[in-house]
Amino acid sequence: MKEPLRQHLILRMVSKFLIPYILLFALYVQFHGDYGPGGGFQAGVIFAAGIVLYALIFSLHRARRAFPDRAVELFISLGVLIYGGTGILCLLRGGRFLDYSVLSTHDPIHGQHLGILLVELGVGITVTAAMVAIFFAFADRGRA
Amino acid sequence: MITDHLPVLQVVIPLLAAPLCVVLRGSFAVRQFVKVVSGLTFLCSLLIFTHVTRHGAMGYELGGWQPPWGIEYRVDALNAFLLLIISGMAAVILPYGTRSILREIPREQHHLFLAIFLVCVAGLLGIAVTADIFNVFVFLEISALSSYALIGMGRSRRALTAAYQYLIMGTIGSTFLLIGIGLLYMKTGTLNMADLALRMPPPHESSTVIAAFAFLSVGVSIKLAVFPLHTWLPNAYTFAPSMVTAFLAATATKVSFYLLLRIVFTVFGVGFAFEAMHLQLLLPPLALAGIFVASTVAIFQTNIKRLLAFSSIAQIGYMVLGLSFGTATGLTAGIVHLFNHAVMKSSLFLAIGCVSFALGAVDLRAMRGLGRRMPFTMAAFLIGGLNLIGIPFTAGFVSKWYLILAALEQQRWFVAGFCLLSSLLAAVYIGRVVEAAYFHDPDPQLTARPVPRGMLAPLWLLTGASLFFGIFTSFPVGAAQRAALLLLGGAP
Repeated sequence: MKEPLRQHLILRMVSKFLIPYILLFALYVQFHGDYGPGGGFQAGVIFAAGIVLYALIFSLHRARRAFPDRAVELFISLGVLIYGGTGILCLLRGGRFLDYSVLSTHDPIHGQHLGILLVELGVGITVTAAMVAIFFAFADRGRA
Repeated sequence: MITDHLPVLQVVIPLLAAPLCVVLRGSFAVRQFVKVVSGLTFLCSLLIFTHVTRHGAMGYELGGWQPPWGIEYRVDALNAFLLLIISGMAAVILPYGTRSILREIPREQHHLFLAIFLVCVAGLLGIAVTADIFNVFVFLEISALSSYALIGMGRSRRALTAAYQYLIMGTIGSTFLLIGIGLLYMKTGTLNMADLALRMPPPHESSTVIAAFAFLSVGVSIKLAVFPLHTWLPNAYTFAPSMVTAFLAATATKVSFYLLLRIVFTVFGVGFAFEAMHLQLLLPPLALAGIFVASTVAIFQTNIKRLLAFSSIAQIGYMVLGLSFGTATGLTAGIVHLFNHAVMKSSLFLAIGCVSFALGAVDLRAMRGLGRRMPFTMAAFLIGGLNLIGIPFTAGFVSKWYLILAALEQQRWFVAGFCLLSSLLAAVYIGRVVEAAYFHDPDPQLTARPVPRGMLAPLWLLTGASLFFGIFTSFPVGAAQRAALLLLGGAP
């Protein structure tokens, strides 16, 4: 990736228009995953695709400024911690590891909803950050 | 109360400690943190082991879903012992590694390196603890992917090709496993190993199951580095950072051996594997060929890490040989050797890690005169070598003893003779290193920097253990006998 596609006006305008919707769609896939097709993994990839598009059109440098290495690293771990933390929370509330039913005090079904929401959020965050990290690692090759 | 949750905590502690390492970031803080984590993990497996020995197997339903529908963790006499070995090795090697990586890994990568290492530990523990065969595959991938990364972080650039070679072979191995698991699922509709065993159709009725058995055993054999499928191992062990080599040699192949035992004995059963599939005829030639070819190749190596890697392939041959007898004594021999080899080979690799730390080189030329310059390290190496040869009063002798007993029990004089003969080969390749270290003058141009006590203490702990368990054999042999009986369906 030597030359960012900056001088292509059409590409720039179209992606400027599209990127927010890509990110929004990712969030839809993320949070609608309980009821329809979707979930953390797919949402994470779509969200990362938005960031990758930004880096392709508006230069890697800007994308890296928006998502510094350290932040990417932290988000990768944050997702795993949310996932595992949900499991630990279930343990602390007297259930088995990842037994979401105990998360809600009044209705086990609510607990299941909350649990899967949190776990999928963790998956989404880690997948987004990991995809971005992989892209940055490959896009950066051959530069100083 | 907390005892109920031990099987899952065993995996969750290192798994969640890994992202915390990345959050902590600072090299010093992370290095202290992993020591605490490895201690906690070891404590966990100790508690599990005592609980299982006293009260029998422990089960744990993940997420509260009943098996066979949900994922079950199940710890019995066999995997309680294995958990103890893996976490014990991690608890000894991690403190060592917090020193040795100072010279091998750039400081700003310490937190990532140790995080990946913990993920690898969690993956291996997960394979050992789970009773769900698909979950085994997931954990196998976790441990394998992290070990590719760990190997690739070796100092020389050849570490990258070694990791890549391992990646290709390892991926083929896990694909085979996945195909095998898929075939079994198709035929039985279940993934829980105990449930699979119940629903297994007899071999003459279903060629699908035979294909599944073939895929699973070949897949595991690649991971285990059984003789003709061992090609990934020498490079991976040679170029990985020293703590990684020591840890993988002590645990990764052992976990694969455990997996082979589980698949052959728990899932398919002795009747299927030995009467229908004739493992007792298939495996011994491979095991013996592995022992002889790898030991002979080891004699001609000049890089000591590579020499020990080939010796590992030979030692895997002994374990597979023990399994191939299909008797209680044979299995005891295999499992005892699993334990003993983990202890002695990791002590040897830790000794070589110390040499690498002091001199920056690990070839035979660098070893000259080291008996005088690094007396503690080389004495530990010598004792480790005696273990490999199988001199009485070392742990290595105990495993050979049981192996030969098992061979004699079935009147396989030929196999017993070969086992004795192969010790001579071990004597030759260890002898070359010892000769260089003790009977040559040191190279005056090489300067040895002092090895910190933090590295010598774990080394001597393992060396001491290999001597201790050579004399007081009741702990490993007792645990192995219980596990062997369990696999053959004799005891709960």
